[in-house]
Amino acid sequence: MLSADPAGARRFGALRARLGQLASAEAAPVLREIANSVRGDDLQMVYRAGLGHLGGDFSVADILVTLYAAVLNVDPMRPLLAERDRLVLSKGHTAGALYATLARFGFFARRELDTFAAPQSALNGHPSRTKVPGVETSTGPLGHGFPVAVGMALSARLQASPRRIFVVLGDGELQEGSNWEAAMTASHYGLSSLFAVVDRNRLQQGARTEETKRLEPLAEKWASFGWEVREVNGHDHAQLLDTFRQLGTARPVCVIAHTVKGKGVSFMEDRVEWHHKVPSAGQVEGALQELSA
Amino acid sequence: MSQATQAITLHDCRRAFADTLIALAREDERIVAVCNDSVGSSNLTMFTAALPDRMINVGIAEQDLVGVGAGLANGGLIPFVSAAAPFLTGRALEQIKVDVAYSQAHVVLCGQSPGMAYGELGPTHHSIEDLSWLRAVADLPVAVPADPAQTVQAVRWAAANPGPSYLRIPRFPVPDVTPPGSPFLPGQAIRLTDGNDVTIIAVGTMVSRALAAAALLRSEGIHARVLNVTFVEPLDTDAILTAAAQTAGIVTAEEATTTGGLGAAVATLTAQHRPAHLRILGVPRCFAPTGSTAFLLEHFGLTAEHIAVAARDIVAHAR
Repeated sequence: MLSADPAGARRFGALRARLGQLASAEAAPVLREIANSVRGDDLQMVYRAGLGHLGGDFSVADILVTLYAAVLNVDPMRPLLAERDRLVLSKGHTAGALYATLARFGFFARRELDTFAAPQSALNGHPSRTKVPGVETSTGPLGHGFPVAVGMALSARLQASPRRIFVVLGDGELQEGSNWEAAMTASHYGLSSLFAVVDRNRLQQGARTEETKRLEPLAEKWASFGWEVREVNGHDHAQLLDTFRQLGTARPVCVIAHTVKGKGVSFMEDRVEWHHKVPSAGQVEGALQELSA
Repeated sequence: MSQATQAITLHDCRRAFADTLIALAREDERIVAVCNDSVGSSNLTMFTAALPDRMINVGIAEQDLVGVGAGLANGGLIPFVSAAAPFLTGRALEQIKVDVAYSQAHVVLCGQSPGMAYGELGPTHHSIEDLSWLRAVADLPVAVPADPAQTVQAVRWAAANPGPSYLRIPRFPVPDVTPPGSPFLPGQAIRLTDGNDVTIIAVGTMVSRALAAAALLRSEGIHARVLNVTFVEPLDTDAILTAAAQTAGIVTAEEATTTGGLGAAVATLTAQHRPAHLRILGVPRCFAPTGSTAFLLEHFGLTAEHIAVAARDIVAHAR
């Protein structure tokens, strides 16, 4: 198990305090900058390792950074604190975005990112609960994180705890039936501390979701399963933050975040091959320039 | 069947499971039960009546069942995820691997009515593969209690053990076989009879039949050592290798497929460390014909008589 990076954790604490004072529109530029630096770290990890899932990493990066930096009640120095909020990355193949985010906020040292996918590294291609602080449950095969998040929300309710549970789902992942079992359980039990965020980038590994197996009408599906549904631009930090700050009703809430696969790098955006393509040295250079612009 | 055998009281382990779980839950508020639709099939009817707020029913949804269990454990609770063994282990195998074992969640997986307990309901409802499947999953102890006393111990052990576990709770009625004071620990067999001629290793419903076989053999002057290993993973390697060294050979008996369960585990161990003459009794790699549990156990040679035949063969071969 990796250990916390105290300096990173202190910076994270200061950032959280600062963002907590800001209106969503004022926080947005800060979040945007962090998200792009997370993308940059991730890009270099994937380039070094020769594997990864940059397309989905970049579609989900703004969601993860907004949640960790300004929404979740978590402490990198005490990652197992009983009353922490939980975030489950059910689309576990985008571990790169999660690792870069966790490292940025001090859950472990950023230099560990250099070991991504290397022999004996804690940083597998998919996140492992027993190796990486901040990872609440191991994911990778799709359709696993959501039922586990439902269990987390049930435990919070049984313990009369105010902690909140966020599960981040891929859109293609919703083709797995286990998600709909979980969606039914959550609404049956009225799990109002549970929030599902769908990274709706409209592409899965080999093609568009709607060409592979149609998800639409997606909002209606969630609503018919008893969920409250909000739709946002998943790259608009102000909108994301506003939405996350206003959560909390009598029902579980699904946030459908409309995103672009490969967001932030022009030659990757909305291109199916960047699901798991590895960039060349020249492409890395170009991508880093775009991300720091 | 002799008069003496007929006088022995038979009982299944379901009552012991239910009573112990309720008693534990009353002592420890972290204990909750999770089931899929049928509280009866999950052996949780009494628990639901006693502690309705600690019972979570996810409906007919086994993937959700096991995932929810892992999430409850993440929240600091101790979930007993209980369902008919074939559906718990077959439908939710990847959840058992990823959410429970790989994530090291303190989830107690309770396989009810395992083996061929559902007799006439047919192979869809038999759980003869569970030992093979779960033995292949890392970091997941697999326990097979043999009687009500061991069932009580299994439930208490699993609640206290901080990691995941699978308990295979027998339904087919068995006599008491466990001496008072016997330990219940992973990798620790219980030696039920002493003997240096041949060894019989059994788990679950086969333990009483192994003892009955030993009694038959004793009348012929053959002294069989009977080991109830309780855990097919991790095995008591010392007890098994010692038996391989000290006796003419080993008969294994399990209400499960021979493709990967207890017998396969013993074979793998002995073949590499102390080759032994083995007879592996169980269900061969086939789907069972229609019939009651008692019929099927007889059909597949899982009786005291058949165990004794296998033991005699080993002894004859050695002489």
